[in-house]
Amino acid sequence: MTPLLDVRGLTKHYAGPHGRVLHALEDVSFTVAAGEALGVVGESGCGKSTLGKSLLRLVEPTAGEVLFEGEDVLPLSRRAMAAKRRDMQMVFQDPFGSLNPRHSVGTIVGEPLAIHGMPGGKARVAELLDQVGLPADAAGRYPHEFSGGQRQRVAIARALALGPKLLVADEPVSALDVSIQSQIINLIGDLRRAYGLAMIFISHDLSVIRHVSDRIAVMYLGRIVEIGPAAQVFEAPAHPYTRALLSAVPRRPGAAQPRERIILHGDLPDPSSPPPGCAFHGRCPAAMPRCSVEPPELVSRHVAETGGTAIAACHLHEHADAPALEPA
Amino acid sequence: MTPALEIEGLTLAVGGRKLVEDVSITVAPGEMVGLVGESGCGKSITALSVMRLLPSPPVRVLSGAVRVGGADVLAMAPEALRAMRGDRVGMIFQEPMTSLNPVFTVGDQIAEALEIHRGLSRRQALARAAELLALVGLPAPIEQLGRYPHQMSGGQRQRVMIAMALACEPKLLIADEPTTALDVTVQAQILALIDRLRREMDMGCLLITHDLGVVAEVCDRAAVMYAGRIVEEAAVGDLFAHPRHRYTRALIDTAPASNPPGTRLPSIAGMVPPPGAREHGCAFAPRCPAALPVCRTTTPALLGDAGHRAACWNPAPAEAAA
Ligand SMILES: Nc1ncnc2c1ncn2[C@@H]1O[C@H](COP(=O)(O)OP(=O)(O)OP(=O)(O)O)[C@@H](O)[C@H]1O
Ligand SMILES: Nc1ncnc2c1ncn2[C@@H]1O[C@H](COP(=O)(O)OP(=O)(O)OP(=O)(O)O)[C@@H](O)[C@H]1O
Ligand code: SF4
Ligand SMILES: [Mg+2]
Ligand SMILES: [Mg+2]
Repeated sequence: MTPLLDVRGLTKHYAGPHGRVLHALEDVSFTVAAGEALGVVGESGCGKSTLGKSLLRLVEPTAGEVLFEGEDVLPLSRRAMAAKRRDMQMVFQDPFGSLNPRHSVGTIVGEPLAIHGMPGGKARVAELLDQVGLPADAAGRYPHEFSGGQRQRVAIARALALGPKLLVADEPVSALDVSIQSQIINLIGDLRRAYGLAMIFISHDLSVIRHVSDRIAVMYLGRIVEIGPAAQVFEAPAHPYTRALLSAVPRRPGAAQPRERIILHGDLPDPSSPPPGCAFHGRCPAAMPRCSVEPPELVSRHVAETGGTAIAACHLHEHADAPALEPA
Repeated sequence: MTPALEIEGLTLAVGGRKLVEDVSITVAPGEMVGLVGESGCGKSITALSVMRLLPSPPVRVLSGAVRVGGADVLAMAPEALRAMRGDRVGMIFQEPMTSLNPVFTVGDQIAEALEIHRGLSRRQALARAAELLALVGLPAPIEQLGRYPHQMSGGQRQRVMIAMALACEPKLLIADEPTTALDVTVQAQILALIDRLRREMDMGCLLITHDLGVVAEVCDRAAVMYAGRIVEEAAVGDLFAHPRHRYTRALIDTAPASNPPGTRLPSIAGMVPPPGAREHGCAFAPRCPAALPVCRTTTPALLGDAGHRAACWNPAPAEAAA
């Protein structure tokens, strides 16, 4: 079956400092099935937002293909792409920055309907506000009259206005108070179930990602270094970076035993002069000589412990006892 | 033993609005105490009042006392205050970029404190600055001395801030969200570093954060703030295993990590009231599933023993948290 979204070799280069090329996104491939939630995690600057925006062509990718229901959206004309955005919508981290302060909430939520000449207007807006848990009189008020959590509800209502099939949510709860985050996570979950919405959920918060995702992609310096079912990535991480990332998460409040910690040294390398070989080799506790020379490919391999298949880009992973399967 | 820090009954206000009410916190030498709470609850202004760095007006101290190593900070003369700030108390500010001076090199900024407070020569001060940068885990510390803040990553700048705060071997470190802007892997490095240093230097530490996980990881004790007041205070293990205040309890229960993946999270209705809109009684009452009539009329006192206190009319039953 054709996946809803099939991303192949997606690459985005920006002009970097001193005339260098900044490799924000490098050869990223993955699929998302209809109704599925893919979580994307990684450290600041690893390319998560660039990935989200590239899929919707809010930035223009340098290379690759983005097949939505089998059709590559990258060559589409502006007009054809605008029509496609009915099916692909995005919600951002900063609910204030993404809402026009001079427009009423009713106008903001109804705008996509107006642009696409969809009928319904006011009634549809009222329905959307109700679905995201805002009072009906919210339509006549302005963004600054709302709290951060409520503004995020407005942004979600707007994204849902056209009934998309895919929602890209870029850190949708990161700017919210802890006691508000769970409200928005629940809302997104409810809407997904109600509409069979597929989602790409971007976050640096691993506990949130674990909670909302069916599968998880871990990014490092513009590349996916591991991808797999959420439970497997969390319980049997295959890539040394995934392991370090998971071990660095502060302990769950109340958890009895402190776990073994992997403290990494050094910072994320510079994407405008990516290190040769595996980009992680400078911080990797398991690095071998070939890691600084040869870039590892994403390879899938059977994991005896879990009976699942782990897909990771690491020379250790290729060289583990079990026989390597076909490249991903 | 004299505590490294004692805040007693501190109430801060702007005009008629109380921002922080009746806050008391004690930090013993070598102890790491967490101050947790959501945005706007008053963590930073509590910390800034210890350094007397609050803009006054508008912010006034209505009542209370602040003592650092037994000395009354609110009554200090300017000279003594300056000595305390750079020397006895180190502070890591919430915004590293606003507290590092963009036009001076990192080396200049660390060395300056050492020249002023420790009377070191320029050369000695720079040598010590390099040691400090090595201590906080920056590679090639001598080269780093010549760099400007904007030439460093967020994690590196945060480490420079820590080096500056520790330059004069303070007896008290106040760290306001020292890792919030950082990635988890860098956060783990920095927390491990602060934890090691406070033990080695027997330095009291007040760690401000909105992240319960961070508190669970490194603190001995913690105080939970809600809407300007401390609502619960206990040893960290006890606090998370047996939270008494309904707000603490709800925060723990609502965390995604406390729940099976994919399930609906128990959520806290409503939102945090801003300073002008706090009602009578317990500020959490409008959101609290267990509120009693008295909760809406009378502010609950922080009750219990020295080990565990909570300000709640209807505390959560003593069962282990999920
Ligand atoms: N418009 C742009 N021009 C040049 N470089 C950019 C631009 N946008 C992003 N970058 C760079 O591309 C890289 C990836 O950035 P991106 O915003 O995708 O990261 P991210 O993973 O979303 O980070 P964060 O967690 O901080 O949001 C970074 O090095 C960033 O500095
Ligand atoms: N100089 C000031 N004048 C007036 N009000 C102020 C001033 N500084 C802070 N406040 C108010 O005091 C309250 C507490 O602010 P504070 O910065 O201490 O919060 P916080 O707990 O540190 O929040 P955050 O987690 O967002 O850093 C807020 O409502 C804030 O708007
Ligand atoms: S390829 Fe090498 S450096 Fe990269 S993660 Fe694997 S072991 Fe570490
Ligand atoms: Mg981003
Ligand atoms: Mg603050």
